[in-house]
Amino acid sequence: MSFVETMIPPQAPPPAPPKPYTLARFVGSVTLGIWLALGVGIFLTVVNGWDPAKFTKYGPSFLSGLGVTLMLVACSVVLGAILSLPVALGRMSKNKIWSWLAYAYVYFFRGTPLIAQLFLIYYGLGSFRPQLESVGLWWFFREAWNCALFAFTLNTAAYQAEILRGSIESVPRGQREGAAALGLPERIAFYKIILPQAMIVALRPYGNEIILMIKGSAIVAIVTVFDLMGETRRAFSRTFDYQMYVWAAILYLLMVELLRNIWAWLENRLTRHLKR
Amino acid sequence: MSGLFAGFYSILAWIGSIVDPFCGPVGVFRWLAPGTLLACGDAGWGDEIAYGFVVTASLAIATLPVGLLIGFFVALGKQSEERTVRLASNIYTTIFRGLPELLTLFIVYYGLQILVQQLLASFGYEGPVEINAFFAGMIALGVVFSAYCSEVLLSAFKAIPHGQYEAGAALGLHRGRTMRLIILPQLVRIALPGLGNLWMALLKDTALVSVVGLPDILRQTGIAARVTKQAFEFFGMACILFLVLAMVSSIIFSNLERWTKRAEMGR
Repeated sequence: MSFVETMIPPQAPPPAPPKPYTLARFVGSVTLGIWLALGVGIFLTVVNGWDPAKFTKYGPSFLSGLGVTLMLVACSVVLGAILSLPVALGRMSKNKIWSWLAYAYVYFFRGTPLIAQLFLIYYGLGSFRPQLESVGLWWFFREAWNCALFAFTLNTAAYQAEILRGSIESVPRGQREGAAALGLPERIAFYKIILPQAMIVALRPYGNEIILMIKGSAIVAIVTVFDLMGETRRAFSRTFDYQMYVWAAILYLLMVELLRNIWAWLENRLTRHLKR
Repeated sequence: MSGLFAGFYSILAWIGSIVDPFCGPVGVFRWLAPGTLLACGDAGWGDEIAYGFVVTASLAIATLPVGLLIGFFVALGKQSEERTVRLASNIYTTIFRGLPELLTLFIVYYGLQILVQQLLASFGYEGPVEINAFFAGMIALGVVFSAYCSEVLLSAFKAIPHGQYEAGAALGLHRGRTMRLIILPQLVRIALPGLGNLWMALLKDTALVSVVGLPDILRQTGIAARVTKQAFEFFGMACILFLVLAMVSSIIFSNLERWTKRAEMGR
């Protein structure tokens, strides 16, 4: 009778099958190489063309432009949120006239380019100067910044109204009925039950809307508001240095990516009770 | 041969002038606005604005296939098994979704100009180079469109069960044929609503190309507004024309969606 006296020593795993060199890998290396070359190229042009005089001259104006952009976006998003409430209520209203009016508003502002709306307000309202002066509103519409703020507020209100309406309507009917069964007044049911659930649905679209506004705000440069894009254009027209656009691109990318990450964190945090 | 082409183009132009919805024999401007600022011909701005309408529509239509094609391949790259391909395509979308469209346009417009200038300078040509605004707009908008499009297509790809690929393999179809015959038809059906939204965004973004001098709706109405000093009327006209474009495309898209869903009707 024979038996095993020693354990078999641990064996090395069989060698992994050789990875074939596929087309995908080739394409991946090439595209990644192109990105790398672009990145290095941009970095080198920035380093080679580095001019402290330019930096001290245009650096602060870039920062002030960044401030103008952020200010414009923040103001118009907040004002638009306030304005979007009646529009969304009008969209959901049973009254034919209100709902039709709100629909026409939303359709107009979502169906036309923001830049056309801006021109309509900035240049178009200029032809109503006597009337506006008699009403006492001309001081407001004389400034390009105010016109931009006005146009952006109207535009984002239309988009936000749709977000709000969609999210409120996404709350199941049973929630409303449950609140009614508990004897809650409609107002409290709306603020304590419907709205919190709707806001969770609306969070992501709101983030997208803010990002769209940051990107869309670049067009105010055309109506002589010196936001980040406007300062870039001014600096480019004075120096003919292509780097200016690279700087602006980096700043915009930073803004958008930062906001996107903050928003992802926020959403993660606010929906942690829904995770399973 | 060139005579044949010239004849062909003149026939096309003749047909175009017949069915022209603005200044043709049954055009809106010809019937509703004679004697006003929107009249056709030298008397008004009708024909200029009609030309801008055509430019806007053709820019959007010319951009669409470019954006769809690039977007499709970027979406394929995003679900590749190769890490480098995934990384490269994710960088692509991050960059072009994060940049403002206007900035992308400027970067493409001036960047191409500088690039071509340097290229020609190396061949010994020293002179001013101007890039066609239509071409630059097509590239810039196509790139932006493709970045968004890749996301839409990616989510559509994810909605197709893996069994569909396996069924294709079980039938003995090559990978390309599986894609073409099995995956693509379903992909189109799933992605169409998202693509419709992107098309609307594209239509609106074409207005930006007027900034670099493309004679589209906004530029033509802007010139008219500056000359006649009636800015509100003309920019209002531009908005109405964009609304018309949006309405027409929403009708087309709802028909398309119905057409792609025709197999589901009976259920």
